[in-house]
Amino acid sequence: MIVLNKAPYEQKATREAFGDEIAELGKENKDIMVVDADIGGSCKTTKFMNTVPKQHVNVGIAEQNAAGLAAGLSTTGKIPFISTYAVFGSLRMAEQVRQEVCYPNLNVKIACSHGGLTPANDGGSHQAIEDMGVYRTIPNMRVIMGADYNATRKLVRQAAEIYGPVYLRFTRDKVPVIYDENEEFEIGKAKQLKEGNDVVIIANGDTVCLALEAAEILQSKGISVKLLDMHTIKPIDREAIIECTKIGKIVTVEDHNILNGLGSAVSDVVAEEGNTKVRRIGVQDRFGESAPYEKLLEINGITVENIVNTAEGLL
Amino acid sequence: MSNITVEELKEQAIQLRQTAVTMVYHAQSGHPGGSLSAADFVTALYFREMNVNPEDPEWADRDRFVLSKGHVAPIQYAALAHRGFVPMETVKTLREYKSPFQGHPDSKKCPGIDISTGSLGQGLSCAAGMALAGKLDEKDYRVFAVIGDGEAQEGQIWEAAQSAVKYKLDNLIVFLDDNGLQIDGPTNEIMPNLDLEKKFEAFGFTTKRIDGHSMEEILETLDEVKNVKDGKPKIIVCNTIKGKGVSFMENVVGWHGKAPNEEEYDKAMEELARGLNA
Repeated sequence: MIVLNKAPYEQKATREAFGDEIAELGKENKDIMVVDADIGGSCKTTKFMNTVPKQHVNVGIAEQNAAGLAAGLSTTGKIPFISTYAVFGSLRMAEQVRQEVCYPNLNVKIACSHGGLTPANDGGSHQAIEDMGVYRTIPNMRVIMGADYNATRKLVRQAAEIYGPVYLRFTRDKVPVIYDENEEFEIGKAKQLKEGNDVVIIANGDTVCLALEAAEILQSKGISVKLLDMHTIKPIDREAIIECTKIGKIVTVEDHNILNGLGSAVSDVVAEEGNTKVRRIGVQDRFGESAPYEKLLEINGITVENIVNTAEGLL
Repeated sequence: MSNITVEELKEQAIQLRQTAVTMVYHAQSGHPGGSLSAADFVTALYFREMNVNPEDPEWADRDRFVLSKGHVAPIQYAALAHRGFVPMETVKTLREYKSPFQGHPDSKKCPGIDISTGSLGQGLSCAAGMALAGKLDEKDYRVFAVIGDGEAQEGQIWEAAQSAVKYKLDNLIVFLDDNGLQIDGPTNEIMPNLDLEKKFEAFGFTTKRIDGHSMEEILETLDEVKNVKDGKPKIIVCNTIKGKGVSFMENVVGWHGKAPNEEEYDKAMEELARGLNA
């Protein structure tokens, strides 16, 4: 069983994890590159740029070109990480990534900060609620969001080590560091945080900490909760989900539109494999707006309280 | 293949045209017009200029070729077949299930395709990425890209252009197939490009406009840019005729993406056999 850190947790944005890990990777492997589209400071690639300047490219505010250029670099054996915000990294260059990265199955990674509602005060234009769904539907792509700083560092490293397109999503805002720094992660394999048999909660990214708190409340009420961190929504860990159908009650939690994100990915498996009820907690198919991050979570029902109530409603 | 003569190259260009038209005829689908306008410089690149090895298509030091206007794949496929990258009988499989000759170039399926293309506006970025990698790795290979005049309406072409200039990619040589037509009509009516040469010049490219059907001019220009290490990407804007070599296809919008019937095919092959009417 996993040893988690104890509250009160240290708070760190997962974009910091990308910045720290990619700088390490760049030092270790001269083929690792970063392709920035101007917002390197915000996306935390400055350390990489300063550490291995020859491996750093900045194409300016031109995301479509970033995707094509990275594809071209990768044909020669480079491992480029395109770094931008999730809105631009998924939507502005979606077709370029489809055509020039996924279709030829090239070794390009798309590493995006400002995932989900975390660019809260920037407003709805900057809150990426569709990004994971966009990439979920493109063949050859893997789609990942780590729950915290330590998980994200490990997942970034793994993304660099495996061949092929990967979409990585990070938080702009700080989230609790729940995992020990030595915890290992495997792309495509769910992390089980709690064993239980009354109800299952499956969360990813910045909602894992909320799910963890909710699970503890449920446990204190005598409800046995199985909790999974589904950091990879594609390829989804079918085996882990099929195992959950034995319990038959699943609550999914995500900082993403409930359409075509984690909840949908889990439902896809469940619909084919078992007689299970699924309740999806996430962005309610609506655009965001400027507000504190916690307020945005609250208006979408992405809260500890709602996770608890929803789980209890299934019992 | 640097000892090939101009006359031999002209003859080769005729053969590529015939093969491209044959492919489209067999498939009863494909894009003859732009394939014929690009035929001469594609021939010059594959049969004289580019350092490529059909025995080892992924050789790390090879020159690269990116067909950004990917719909004219038949002319690149013709070059690959005649150059021995694939067996000649492959030309009868264009657009068929399991064929290396997909509707648009597919690097996973066909040897000699350096990157998949087909969605316009994107290949120049990829070519710039390859050229940048060559610079970073201190390799001598060059990257040749082919874009269309209609394609130059895509904003990403200009994003790619500015990055090629920023990173001083003098190992990038772009051919712009300025045939003046796109699917819906004359480029000047659909969305005027104005002066493409000046536009690229303003972006920082070394530019030259030539007759894209003069093998002599194509070779002379390739020689001029060959050893120029001035930190500037090059673009050769080619005045071309869509459908060049087949009288009834020349400058006719309708032949952008249409296959000839049997009668048209026979006539096309016969005309091509007589060579280009200069």
